[in-house]
Amino acid sequence: MAALSAPAAPPIETRPRTGVFIGLLAAGGLFLLLALAAFLHFEHSGHIATGMDNQIVWGIPHVFAVFLVVAASGVLNVASIGSVFGKPDYKARAPLSGLLALTMMAGGLVVLAADLGRPDRLLVAVTHFNFKSIFALNMLFYSGFFAIVAAYLVTLMNRRLNPYARALGFLAFFWRLALTTATGSIFGFLIARSAYGSALMAPMFIIYSFAYGLAAFLIVQSAMYAWNGLASNARVLARMKNLLAVFVGAALYFTVVMHLTNLYFAKQIAYERFLLLDGGVYTTAFWFGQIGLGGVLPLALLLIPGAGQTRVVIASALVTLGGLAQMFVTIVGGQAFPLDLFPGHAVSSRFQDGIVNAYAPVPGEFALGFGGFAFAFLITVIAVRVLPFLPRDAADASALKTTD
Amino acid sequence: MNERGDIGNNDNRGNNARDGNNGRRGFIAAAATLTTLATLTLAPGIRLIQIAAARPEEEAASAAVRWGLLIDVTRCQTGCEDCVAACGKENGLGEVARPRTDAQWIRKIDLKEHATGRALSLPMMCQHCAHPPCVDVCPTGASFKRADGIVLVDRHICIGCRYCMMACPYKARSFVHEPHTDQNPEVPRGQGCVEGCTLCVHRIDRGETPACVAACAAAGHAAMLFGDLNDPASAISQRIREVRTTVARADLALDPGVRYEGL
Amino acid sequence: MRFPAAAVLAVLCGLIAVTTTAHATQSGRTPLPEIAIAQPGQCVEPKEVMRREHMTLLRHQRDRTLREGIRTKKYSLNECIACHASRETGSVIGAGGFCQGCHDYAAVKPDCWDCHQPKPGRKTAVKAQP
Repeated sequence: MAALSAPAAPPIETRPRTGVFIGLLAAGGLFLLLALAAFLHFEHSGHIATGMDNQIVWGIPHVFAVFLVVAASGVLNVASIGSVFGKPDYKARAPLSGLLALTMMAGGLVVLAADLGRPDRLLVAVTHFNFKSIFALNMLFYSGFFAIVAAYLVTLMNRRLNPYARALGFLAFFWRLALTTATGSIFGFLIARSAYGSALMAPMFIIYSFAYGLAAFLIVQSAMYAWNGLASNARVLARMKNLLAVFVGAALYFTVVMHLTNLYFAKQIAYERFLLLDGGVYTTAFWFGQIGLGGVLPLALLLIPGAGQTRVVIASALVTLGGLAQMFVTIVGGQAFPLDLFPGHAVSSRFQDGIVNAYAPVPGEFALGFGGFAFAFLITVIAVRVLPFLPRDAADASALKTTD
Repeated sequence: MNERGDIGNNDNRGNNARDGNNGRRGFIAAAATLTTLATLTLAPGIRLIQIAAARPEEEAASAAVRWGLLIDVTRCQTGCEDCVAACGKENGLGEVARPRTDAQWIRKIDLKEHATGRALSLPMMCQHCAHPPCVDVCPTGASFKRADGIVLVDRHICIGCRYCMMACPYKARSFVHEPHTDQNPEVPRGQGCVEGCTLCVHRIDRGETPACVAACAAAGHAAMLFGDLNDPASAISQRIREVRTTVARADLALDPGVRYEGL
Repeated sequence: MRFPAAAVLAVLCGLIAVTTTAHATQSGRTPLPEIAIAQPGQCVEPKEVMRREHMTLLRHQRDRTLREGIRTKKYSLNECIACHASRETGSVIGAGGFCQGCHDYAAVKPDCWDCHQPKPGRKTAVKAQP
């Protein structure tokens, strides 16, 4: 069956004005340049130039990179709901969803690669494989993701190949579930630290990805409509708004279950006490960022009746911020809490044993992280300019008002 | 002085055996069964010939051997960092100038039991696990375990992702945060790779003990005993049979090659 | 009329061979790498083999040494350095260094020296760079 089975939309000029386009390129390019400068600086001086050390080995770049990777797999859900579950409203959005999945994945991976100790050896990661490593398996999943989603995009956008879209949509859907399982398992398979080592990590990352991905999609969709002088379809927006609320609620649920479980395990109580009560910036990031800004507030914005385009976009932006806070709590907070090397003993050493590890990221780390966003943004802006990615709801085409 | 003369430490082979241990130790009986390994013992702790015979240089490390360390926490002195200094010197790590980013292949940890207040000091380094999490998680296979149980990093294919540092329960790995030019030719190391205790593999392959073990013996503490855990006649195996030893984070069941006595 | 691809290739290769040989024989026309041999004598393999295969030999040796603990001297990097280090600088890299001279010429940057010590001898540790 055809993915875009709805009648063709009437032709609308959907290209943004050239001035806007150039401005967007310049803005994205500026951030990308800053990231490049940070990368070259770190690569030349070594990680001594960053705020990371032997205790906090993954810092702000990983926060951004893992967020982008997780959101990238989640943003594909919009297409999956169309192709796999056959919802026409989502089918119209499948090409944009696939495009964002590719660009955000690329953005995340670029940051991950730039933060390697030996980025010059990136090829080694392809030529030498340890199949027991979930990290290595992730690289297979990432490469496969690009290939499958790209093929899926082609079947969506080429009328002759449309019949294959459903099959590829299925494949992409299951592939992305496996991919996010593997991404969550990067932390789930760590036995060493109190914050990780839980099978819950994989499904929790999947539900996080649903929320972050949909939030990212809604932001991009609204921006594209705005730059093209179009208004979004109220009925479709209401549906997507409700779906986002479900995802955000589910993400909150998984978070609660995870911490409740930990509170029942005596050996985990010290860590939970740290995270929930005395962890300083990590406690703040958890309660204020992940739970408040990223969970409760967007839920309220989405569920209190009368939510329009603006409110949905604000809620989506909050979910994104909350997602970054969650990654910060999970990745950096998990490392900040000291390892329990000798249970029942107080430990101290010259190697920061037994203390909460300090971490003061330098601006370059943020530049690198935002560079990932900029990379995704630039490819998206260019792709949207040259190919018809703008979601068009044929049934409501008459309702689209053009201001061009 | 050390009653358990360690391989390669002829100078420190003491004869003032620790009180109360002589009677319990069946070294003479054990020695009778030894032939090729040449750990010939005249009296408890006094060995005539050391296992100093290194493997021929063209022979690969064998899985018949599993190198290990036994650390006697009751002999390790609080405040003594001779093992740490020797490691830095041997492996070209330099002195600790920037504690947050400098490499620490071995470190001294001071312990205080919450319940009793009992204070201890011990060295902590790569525990050379039989089931090393760092090897499991390494995407390129740069983290690997040599046939004789030594866990190493192949810097030629280490991409510096630092996942092994996330995975190690002992914080035994360091990331090289800045360029270096003062390497020991036998111990290559440089910016952007992860590294950790090699058990002084270059010394072991020559038939010597790790630098920390030699330094501990030289300081007269002899709190570290190095040897082949697979050889029932080795001093370390005998000692492990005799006294109660433990491993760090035994709950993780990683089967470390480093054991602690008196913990 | 169509030329068979193989024939075209053969002619091209022949031309390149002739021109480069001609250049090589015209002394002074083609800059050559300056290779200073500190201790002239017989290397572990004939010169032609070493020129082509040294990196392959080193790679195999490095894996044998690191992964299996085989420490034969023949293709050991430290043995190369011991013999080939410059008398002036004591190193195989830097100006006039045995390794760098040729690698600069060929525009091939080996990453050996990110970790390996390019000077022979066993150094005791010195203070880390400030």
